[in-house]
Amino acid sequence: MELKTKNNPTAIDVESCRLNHESIKADFPILDQKVNGHRLVYLDNAATTQKPRVVINALIEYYRKTNANIHRGFHSLAEKATKEYEQTREHVARFIGGVDPNEIIFTRGTTESINLVAYSWGDTNIKEGDEIVITEMEHHSNLVPWVILAQKKKAVLKQIPITLCGHLDLSDIDKIITSKTKLLALTHMSNVLGTINPVAELTELAHRRGAVVLADGAQAVPHLPVDVKALGVDFYAFSAHKMLGPTGVGVLYGRRELLEAIPPFNLGGEMIREVRFDRITWADVPYKFEGGTPNIGDVIAFDSALTYLEELGMDNVRQHEINLVQYAIEQLSGLDGIEIQGPQESSLRGGAISFTDKDIHPHDISQFLDSRGVAIRAGHHCAQPLMRTLGKVATARASLYIYNDMTDVDELVRALIDMRKYFGL
Amino acid sequence: MSESLDNMYRDIILDHYRSPRGRKPLNKSDITSNGVNPSCGDEISIEVELDDGMVKDVHVDCRGCAISVASGSILAEVIKGKPLAEVKRIAQMVRRVLKGEQMDIPDELGDLDALQGVRYFPVRIKCALLAWLTLMEGIKNHENGHGDVRTIVSTEDGE
Repeated sequence: MELKTKNNPTAIDVESCRLNHESIKADFPILDQKVNGHRLVYLDNAATTQKPRVVINALIEYYRKTNANIHRGFHSLAEKATKEYEQTREHVARFIGGVDPNEIIFTRGTTESINLVAYSWGDTNIKEGDEIVITEMEHHSNLVPWVILAQKKKAVLKQIPITLCGHLDLSDIDKIITSKTKLLALTHMSNVLGTINPVAELTELAHRRGAVVLADGAQAVPHLPVDVKALGVDFYAFSAHKMLGPTGVGVLYGRRELLEAIPPFNLGGEMIREVRFDRITWADVPYKFEGGTPNIGDVIAFDSALTYLEELGMDNVRQHEINLVQYAIEQLSGLDGIEIQGPQESSLRGGAISFTDKDIHPHDISQFLDSRGVAIRAGHHCAQPLMRTLGKVATARASLYIYNDMTDVDELVRALIDMRKYFGL
Repeated sequence: MSESLDNMYRDIILDHYRSPRGRKPLNKSDITSNGVNPSCGDEISIEVELDDGMVKDVHVDCRGCAISVASGSILAEVIKGKPLAEVKRIAQMVRRVLKGEQMDIPDELGDLDALQGVRYFPVRIKCALLAWLTLMEGIKNHENGHGDVRTIVSTEDGE
């Protein structure tokens, strides 16, 4: 099996096809430190992931040797920067299933990618009385833009509810997605519940009713093999920083014919073909959507993150998470007072595990765990409507990634047991 | 256990959290104020019964983290029996202490002193502030002749 990686030949155990965590951990300098006197156990990966040495080095190399503005200037550095920036675009296109690189737009993040669609596509295509369908488990970034668009256009916003187990409740889906539906916007994987949604099936249904589909892949692309063509979606958004890349880089995939038909969102330099005072023509896609100087250095460093993940193999990444999530859920379920939100079956979910303690507020959980070097997130996770559905004001969330292993889960569990003692329970 | 964590979750705080004071509902109230902390969802409801300008009784109902519950409980304990003018002064002082604008809380104010450790945890300051900002808003509206008020509290707010 050809699984040895260029940067880290021991990262994958060829026999068992599992990730070698010791070896992977060594690639992440930040993990080699103590926090509050304890080994750092980083379990806040749904918020952002840590960066491997190759990505950090790529950033340094770029600013040491390449830095120049792209798509203009004929000097050698500008040509090199442009080439590397465009190579990353091609790499992203391959990474999500082999799409046309011109269908890849670089943004600042998932939020900006979705806002681009809401403003450019939404403004052109949504009319009074049209229906926009989202789900009850959306992150605010795939919710607020649609609430505002619906208000502005006097369109109707509908939600697909969730079941008690944290899956989408599709029992009334034919009443929700109708011939009036112009857009279905849904998350591929919930940042709170970890639920993996049936995007392909719902896209097929939405397309049959004549709707356009946008999927928020911020939690999915880092953790699953994703093929946007197989999913069939029209737009797909995700962020580099949740998949080992730098912050400040997002991706919007859009089907070319849709991108060509809609106006740009960010007006200015770089995105025009010809400018006169009375007439402006836009550059071709994707450039008409990349107004201004983009985040060149971070995009170029993102390329190394994609390579790192490819060398591990996204199938291996997924299998690792299934195993580790299963272990984590088993361990957490055995604890007094702890309740896990979302699907319990690891094959149907990703690595974001939300939980609550019946006696201790998530902020206190997070604060206590931090004192033990365990970093998790507590709060509403930018999903207030979902919190209302769950009947919680907040949850604690441990989210796993490639460098986490069973010892990290064990640390979390030990700290949670000690926490209940600390709070006198 | 880390020293700093104990600095915030002092025994007094944990005691107030486990058995909050002022839970008994009032028969009549002159000041009613509700507060929420939108960033974490903590909710508090405060009722004050006055008698000739003095706080005769207090009811605090807080659903939130240990710090916000303890802070509300300490509030109930501290303001009972005090003239409204002094309550206002104490509330302002707590706000200043939590925001780092004043160093110490006078010893005679009992368990209030225990809240000081929170200021070393910037993200938790708003938890401790919730009860006090909600009370101040209630007093302000009482003085202006308004009724029940729902306050949206955040650390960025001045008052």
